[in-house]
Amino acid sequence: MSRPRRSHVRAGLFWGLCGVALVLIIAPAVDIILSILAHALPVLKPSLITETTSGTQLGLQNAITGTLALSLGVLIVAGTVGVLAGLYLSEFAPPRIAANARFFSEVLAGVPSIVVGYVGYTALVVGLHWHYSLLAGILALSALILPYIVKTTELAFSSVPRTLREGAIALGLSRGRTIRKVLLPPALPGVVSGLVLALAISTGETAPLLFTANFSDKNPSGLFNPVGYLTGVTYTDIQLPDPKTQAVAYAAAGVTVLLVLLLIFAGRGITLRSRRLIARMDV
Amino acid sequence: MISAPAGKVDAGRARHRLSQTELSRGDRVLRAVSAVAAMIPPGLLVFIALVMVVAAMPSIVFNGWSFFTGSVFNFGNLYATTTITHNGVAAPPQAAYGALPLIFGTFATSLIALLLAVPISVGGALMLSEVIPRRIADPLSVFLELLAGIPSVVFGLWGVAVFGPFIAAHVYPALSSLGHIIPFLKGPVGVGQGLLTASLVLAVMIIPIIASTTLVLLRRVPILAKEGALALGMSRYETAKVVTIPYIRTGIVAASLLGWARALGETIAVLLIIGDIYRIPGNIFGNGSTIAAWIASTLDGALGDFTGMGVHALAELGLLLLAISLLTNLAGRIVVRRVAGGVLPVGRGV
Repeated sequence: MSRPRRSHVRAGLFWGLCGVALVLIIAPAVDIILSILAHALPVLKPSLITETTSGTQLGLQNAITGTLALSLGVLIVAGTVGVLAGLYLSEFAPPRIAANARFFSEVLAGVPSIVVGYVGYTALVVGLHWHYSLLAGILALSALILPYIVKTTELAFSSVPRTLREGAIALGLSRGRTIRKVLLPPALPGVVSGLVLALAISTGETAPLLFTANFSDKNPSGLFNPVGYLTGVTYTDIQLPDPKTQAVAYAAAGVTVLLVLLLIFAGRGITLRSRRLIARMDV
Repeated sequence: MISAPAGKVDAGRARHRLSQTELSRGDRVLRAVSAVAAMIPPGLLVFIALVMVVAAMPSIVFNGWSFFTGSVFNFGNLYATTTITHNGVAAPPQAAYGALPLIFGTFATSLIALLLAVPISVGGALMLSEVIPRRIADPLSVFLELLAGIPSVVFGLWGVAVFGPFIAAHVYPALSSLGHIIPFLKGPVGVGQGLLTASLVLAVMIIPIIASTTLVLLRRVPILAKEGALALGMSRYETAKVVTIPYIRTGIVAASLLGWARALGETIAVLLIIGDIYRIPGNIFGNGSTIAAWIASTLDGALGDFTGMGVHALAELGLLLLAISLLTNLAGRIVVRRVAGGVLPVGRGV
């Protein structure tokens, strides 16, 4: 009788530890979001949105508009390149080329963000004499999130049921028409959710922007001027001793977290819908 | 979490066969344009490596091997009118660029983080896939996505203002009392900014990469193998130990390598939490710095160097970091190629 009992104890211990591990995953996520929001909500006043950061005036307008400008730029640059690249990997590339391009694109995602920032500084800010600028920030961020968009786009197209492709071939449609009329509608939600998730990541980045976009107390005023962003406010202000500026750091972090959560849930919602859509199509 | 559907390889081959059908002129244009776009990510990788090598070269020549062994990092007298020359390259007087404490900090934080994150991730994933019913497990796995999406500056803020002070007050004193057994734990615990707090927060940051990959792998373990084990009279625990975990072991190793690569390169969170002081800390609670944090915090100052050597020295640090994290990343992806393609998450593990 002693052997089975001991194994019961061991099994109980094992699953108990697994349960503790799960708690250790969920608890920090909950605590981070709740504690940042708890610090941020009391200082989220309308003035943070209506005023810019200048002197003792504590506003976030420039950071919010700057983050939006950066996101828009990233969406245009990384979105265009990434979606086209994903489309090529899924629809046109010979398997061997696709495998290699995919591999290196994924390795690109492993480049540390501060290295991307340094390269942006050396090549764009100094090398091309762009100085600290919105455009340099956009390109640095784009390099960082391009691999995500490539992967999600490729996945969105390659998970369109084969029956649809065969139907298009049977109808004698050209490749271009097949992509536009047959593959794009079911793949689109997946592509969009990939873009949304990529935006969530780019909204939260700091390191690649420090030495490319630098920072600005004014609203974005052109591609070749420096620009502010929310994560930069948090990064700078939390290191200052004044509790008033630290409150602004929390406010900026709170707005960032809300934006990122919104994007993540939107992306997840679209993904779930598209999965259901595709499941219904597969005959 | 992005993962390829099962049977993707087969579908890929079939797609290629279909693409041999006649292409119109418009199709060819689309193919050419998208092919160019597909070459941009690999091209960027080469470009980044090239820029780092070129930018680091003067510093590599100036420092030689002493870069890896030196324990002094000094941009030198930036207001001097003279320069010193070493190996034919000029730098401001008193300039010295040693990386040893930063290399130590980078490996110490990332390895402690990995050591904690792997068992927690695997345990949590086992719970989600083997114990908790799918209906509840799926909503719970949202937390992995949230952890993956939380910005690193927010992790930093949380570590400095919430988590660090809490753990320094309630947990570190107990750890420190073990100091007479493990010397590195002895001494003052501080207020929660330091090597151990940075490592703990890094662990939380890399958990989504390892856990979400493990979860996907667990859900791919053939049900027949598990049912066979159950039919032999094995308990759920024995099935996990004998069938499930061995089946996905290689995948866990690969995911851990990716998680490690991410921990090596993390900048802002570590910079805020570790205290960013150039030294090897006296104990595990002390302030230190890492390669990534040091580049971010000192590049501003280095820009004032009239010889430019300060910026080159930081490039050499960046090149070292790039090499380490790319090697780890490559190793993870090569390992996983043998098991199953398309499982590994990209970057942060979203």
